[in-house]
Amino acid sequence: MKFDTIIIGGGLAGLTCGIALQRQGVKCAIVSAGHSALHFSSGSFDLLNTLPDGTPVESPLKAMESLHATHPYAKIGSGRIKALADEAKSLLCSCGVAVKGDAETPHLRFTPMGTTKPTWLSFEEIATLDKPGVSLGEKLLIVNFAGFLDFNTAFIAKELEAAGSKCSVTSVSIPEINRLRINPTEMRATNIAKTLDNPQVLTSLITILNSRAAGHDAIVLPHVFGFASDAALHRLRSEVKATIHLIPTMPPSVPGIRAQRTLRHAFEQLGGVYMLGDTVVRAEIENHSVKRIFTENHSDIALTASHYVLASGHFFSKGLVATPQGVYEPVFGCDVIFDKDRNNWYNESMLNCQEYISFGVETNSALLTLEGGTPITNLYAIGSVLGGCNAVSEGCGAGVALLTALAVAHTIKG
Amino acid sequence: MNMQENNISENNFEQCIKCTVCTVYCPVVPVNPSYPGPKQAGPDGERLRLKRGDFYDEALKYCLNCKRCEVACPSGVKIGDIIQLARIKHSKKRPALRDMMLANTDIVGTMASTFAPIVNTTLALKPVKWAMDSVLKIDSHRTFPKYSSKTFESWFRKNAQASQDQFPRHISFFHGCYINYNYPQLGMDMVKVFNALGCGVHLLDKEKCCGVALVSNGLISQARKQAQFNIDNIRHSVIDNKRPVVGASSTCIFTMRDEYPHLLGIDNADVRSSIDLATRFIFRLIDNGEVKIKFRDDYHSRIAYHTPCHMEKLGWSFYSIDLLRRIPGVDLVVLDSQCCGIAGTYGFKKENYPTSQGIGASLFKQIEDAKPDFVATDCETCKWQIEMSTPVEVKHPISILAEAIDYEATKKINS
Repeated sequence: MKFDTIIIGGGLAGLTCGIALQRQGVKCAIVSAGHSALHFSSGSFDLLNTLPDGTPVESPLKAMESLHATHPYAKIGSGRIKALADEAKSLLCSCGVAVKGDAETPHLRFTPMGTTKPTWLSFEEIATLDKPGVSLGEKLLIVNFAGFLDFNTAFIAKELEAAGSKCSVTSVSIPEINRLRINPTEMRATNIAKTLDNPQVLTSLITILNSRAAGHDAIVLPHVFGFASDAALHRLRSEVKATIHLIPTMPPSVPGIRAQRTLRHAFEQLGGVYMLGDTVVRAEIENHSVKRIFTENHSDIALTASHYVLASGHFFSKGLVATPQGVYEPVFGCDVIFDKDRNNWYNESMLNCQEYISFGVETNSALLTLEGGTPITNLYAIGSVLGGCNAVSEGCGAGVALLTALAVAHTIKG
Repeated sequence: MNMQENNISENNFEQCIKCTVCTVYCPVVPVNPSYPGPKQAGPDGERLRLKRGDFYDEALKYCLNCKRCEVACPSGVKIGDIIQLARIKHSKKRPALRDMMLANTDIVGTMASTFAPIVNTTLALKPVKWAMDSVLKIDSHRTFPKYSSKTFESWFRKNAQASQDQFPRHISFFHGCYINYNYPQLGMDMVKVFNALGCGVHLLDKEKCCGVALVSNGLISQARKQAQFNIDNIRHSVIDNKRPVVGASSTCIFTMRDEYPHLLGIDNADVRSSIDLATRFIFRLIDNGEVKIKFRDDYHSRIAYHTPCHMEKLGWSFYSIDLLRRIPGVDLVVLDSQCCGIAGTYGFKKENYPTSQGIGASLFKQIEDAKPDFVATDCETCKWQIEMSTPVEVKHPISILAEAIDYEATKKINS
């Protein structure tokens, strides 16, 4: 099986790289062992919220200049960040993932608990604020579905009232959605969204919302709209006689999953091959160059390409594996940055900065992986498998995924 | 040595981190909320069942065994296997007469083929359909695949067997029940395509139904016996005669490669890699440069390819799609990979009919919107479901190759 480039990992980084390459006529295959962290998307993509020393970032593009040389952004070069960030936004939008925001000035997104956090890009349909100190509206109606536990109206109302809004909370009960409660564990955002993709069920909801909207500036709802397509979102916006503010729920994330599906579809429409549920089990490397890889499903039939891109994710996706002895990268065994003293890996207070999050694959400045300190000349690493940054404490995971993916796509295309 | 690394079960049950990804891709839950969903039915429920077997929930019978949860899982948990093994271990429900009839495809097939014209006419009669619906609980909307009066095996022995030794390569063909009793034409197409590619086609000494329907209907000891019987015959072909075993049905092949060891405890490790699907086998021969294929230049079709669930699990739709794309006159649309809802015998049962059609609804719409000349797929039960639910005919990729190939030219290149 011959391709120009093989990408291992089909999440945000892998898909972005694959789409950028396919658009340049580079024939790609993506091998993805299960689905990606986009399924738990917050509804937004962060660029850089906090510096490694804990200083909050007001202007990400300026703050980039102070990052250590081992940080993925520093490897890309702070001078290229703005252009790549703009390119990422336009790539997402052109594939059908409508996003708002820009790299220079962060806006605020809402968490499922109702608090706000700065971010770079948000899915176009979710509630955001341009700057701190403003509110979503004077009188808000917060609506939840009876029995849906992943959207906590009390916390959300408390936060919105602290920001100056008057909130009332109501719950709706629709027979088709109540049916899901036969199994309380399946009363999830995605199953509600699938039910609301049915136009008749959505009509019932719209009728209820219109009957309760009077006296409110806006309606706040959990984001459970548009699983299969964005049709439900459009109808909600156009047929409800009040402004709609959608707040992302606890996982699974309806907008994140739609983004994953939309990006995969775009990649496949461009001629890319997406192999889901397959794992690379063996790679042959000769003279610091990957010759071929073998997967579980294709067993004896090798996959070969001129370039390989490692986009296999962090510990969650098994892009990195931790053992009591250390941390390794399981596909190619390439060099990994990690602390040799296991006692430093984690901080006992869960919400503090955890050092293990910054572990990951080591690369040279071109994002080529290393084998015993020597670059593997046709194997790049992108996204959260990369070491040198702490995606959680710095708030840079999606930004690193998107920007390293585009930087490597440019390098491969030459 | 450490506890964590050495304490992993075969199904990776402990690897579940409760991420919920599997629940997004279960085709059953949105249409039948009585099913607890893959996370609850699988690893979550397993924690309880390990403690006490009476935590078993009979609603696990609604699982289609489509394995789409396993394909989606980022942690490698064999969710579908956990659910099926729990059914095998804990279910107290005895299979009904109907389940035994639906499951015993080869016994029923042998009888039905003998009296094919009578059986085909009788099964289509309204009073018979009514009786099957009300007495046996086989849904009256269902049309049984027609039985052929002549089995594939009898055709093969009479018309093809004698000429198979002349080829440079050889395979054993696992035809399965459907080709033998219902649709010998697909078997004839297999022989035609493989012969053109310089491969002699042979039957196994003996074969029985792969057993997929026995497993799903809870007839486990019979499934084990048939699995062992098949593996013994496959072993004779692969090890003694050096002939790999090739089949056309993605479900039969998946069952013999993966369900035998995972669900039935039948060890097939020595022959598993020699049990192959027809399109994958052909792709490998072409990719290695061992054979060449020449197509007719007057063949034109718009084809929509449907990925069956077990094909998705195998990860092999790439091969069928690749072969179809090689045909110059083919305009190929690849449909979104999703369950058609039939899941073998599941959709024939009256209690599952609405679930079955609800699951397939968006696929049927996509097919009709694509306006293909026909649908291509590697699974016979997907074919029945799509033909029962849309006006579009369904063909196997091998039958399409048989139509599109320049037989004489290809045979000449590869002889």
